Amino acid sequence: MTTVDTAMSKPANGSAALQRPTLAPSGGGLWRRSYGAPLASIAVAVVVLIAWQYLPPMLGVPKYIIPRVSDLYLEMIRLWSHENLLKHFISTASMSILGFVLGGLLGAAFGYALGLLPTWEKVLSPYILALQIAPKVAFAPLFILWFGYNAWPKLIVTILVVFFPILVNVLQAMRIMDRDLVNLARAYNMSRTKIFFKVMLPFSMPNLLAGLRIGATLAVIGITVGELVGGEIGLGYLISFGQGQANTAMVFDAIGLLTVIGIAMYWAVTAIERRVLHYLPRATGAPPAKP
Amino acid sequence: MPGTSPVLELRDVARRFPGRTAGAPPFTAVRNLSFNVGEGEFVSVVGPSGCGKSTLLNLVAGLDQPSEGTVALHGVEVAGPSSRVGFMLQKDLLLPWRTVLHNVEFGLEARNMPAAERRERALAELKRCRLTEFADRYPYQISGGQRQRAALARTLAISPDVVLLDEPFSALDAQTKLVLQKNFAETIAGSNLTTLLITHDLSEAVAMSDRILVMSDGPGRIVEEIDVGLPDRDNPIARVGRPRASEIVKHLFHALHLGEREDA
Repeated sequence: MTTVDTAMSKPANGSAALQRPTLAPSGGGLWRRSYGAPLASIAVAVVVLIAWQYLPPMLGVPKYIIPRVSDLYLEMIRLWSHENLLKHFISTASMSILGFVLGGLLGAAFGYALGLLPTWEKVLSPYILALQIAPKVAFAPLFILWFGYNAWPKLIVTILVVFFPILVNVLQAMRIMDRDLVNLARAYNMSRTKIFFKVMLPFSMPNLLAGLRIGATLAVIGITVGELVGGEIGLGYLISFGQGQANTAMVFDAIGLLTVIGIAMYWAVTAIERRVLHYLPRATGAPPAKP
Repeated sequence: MPGTSPVLELRDVARRFPGRTAGAPPFTAVRNLSFNVGEGEFVSVVGPSGCGKSTLLNLVAGLDQPSEGTVALHGVEVAGPSSRVGFMLQKDLLLPWRTVLHNVEFGLEARNMPAAERRERALAELKRCRLTEFADRYPYQISGGQRQRAALARTLAISPDVVLLDEPFSALDAQTKLVLQKNFAETIAGSNLTTLLITHDLSEAVAMSDRILVMSDGPGRIVEEIDVGLPDRDNPIARVGRPRASEIVKHLFHALHLGEREDA
């Protein structure tokens, strides 16, 4: 693929193309480029599912250790009709989104505030670093002690988990802010509020969205841990319930659905990112910033 | 010689910065700076790096205040950033999230101007800088030269009394540079703009300006003033071909002791 890509990336450079022997006919290369990878991905999935279905029984692995694919399917139907799966799914999904939105708003607000107030940033940065490193999910039992068995503990864990990558990314954007752009706006006699909204906020957008992208996947983790430690609703609760019953298929199904929620949220953020960052030559190809 | 009433006037300006460490003597960036720029006049400032050209620019733009002396625009002392000064740097400083048109509108957004009027002004500027067809492009979609022209359009959109150009051509390749110098020269001459150009490039200074101020470093001050006295200010390419132009360049070369400098 690499050779095809390099040969095709210089269509204008005729002489280079002539000197370099074409390794694949361009039609075949195009075909492979647009359909090859997705087809291969599907093939991998099919192979894995078939192996999953037939390999464990052949090796004598019992169902309560690794249930077969067909068991997962049957359990999913049972969960839907007898265990009110939809209720659990909607609870987890809506709490993840709520926690993500609140954590994102708080993280961004604090990021911009600290970016605008460098003295406070210096004062607070050791604590931010400590809290960033501390495993936030470990606070979940503490929050249950404080707030009881309700929605608050898992929501607060999620907000905490989402908060930091977004805070740190926004803060990073404020640190690398192009001083000349701000000076230009100042030279045009712009008010501070206008400078913030017209220069700083758009300048930080790539970082904010990278932070949101990380936050979207972390939100599901936060909610799941909250549901695992306490509560009677949600996919995390189904996991701990299934574990107690030695219902491995139930655990697998819940994990699968949690992943679906995470992927949907990640995908939604990426879609927003593509729209917002349309002015960048390759917004989608940019690697995410580290949390 | 274009008009004589001074638009920009610096009188005995000095700017000192506090020493790096406590107790260290203050660092003098520029001192004894006195010069005028008349209406419609194009003045260039040349000098070695570190001679305080950027300090001079910040003082005129109102981003910085002098420690001594005064900077005045039309006789009024510059006390802070004002929309009467347009400045342009080596970096185009276009906002990547805005189209060319909206970038040109940027400076006007500091004022309370109706959106329709703003748009009209920006479109007129784009026409003057021959960028109309690129109005809806984003900065990454146009060339380096077009970006600098867009930056000029944005600078001119606020109808400044004086335009400050800080090495606007130095990041461009040699050919784009020549074309853009001609472009700028035409626009500036055609609109009778008062311009202060800061540059490293000696032949650029000769090609474009009415008058050249030679600065020296440590601390920055003006050591010489040269009247270019050549026709064709709107056509720098024709101008550099004249014998007097190369004489001035040669003279500047010696005035700045470029032949004897070892450390660059």
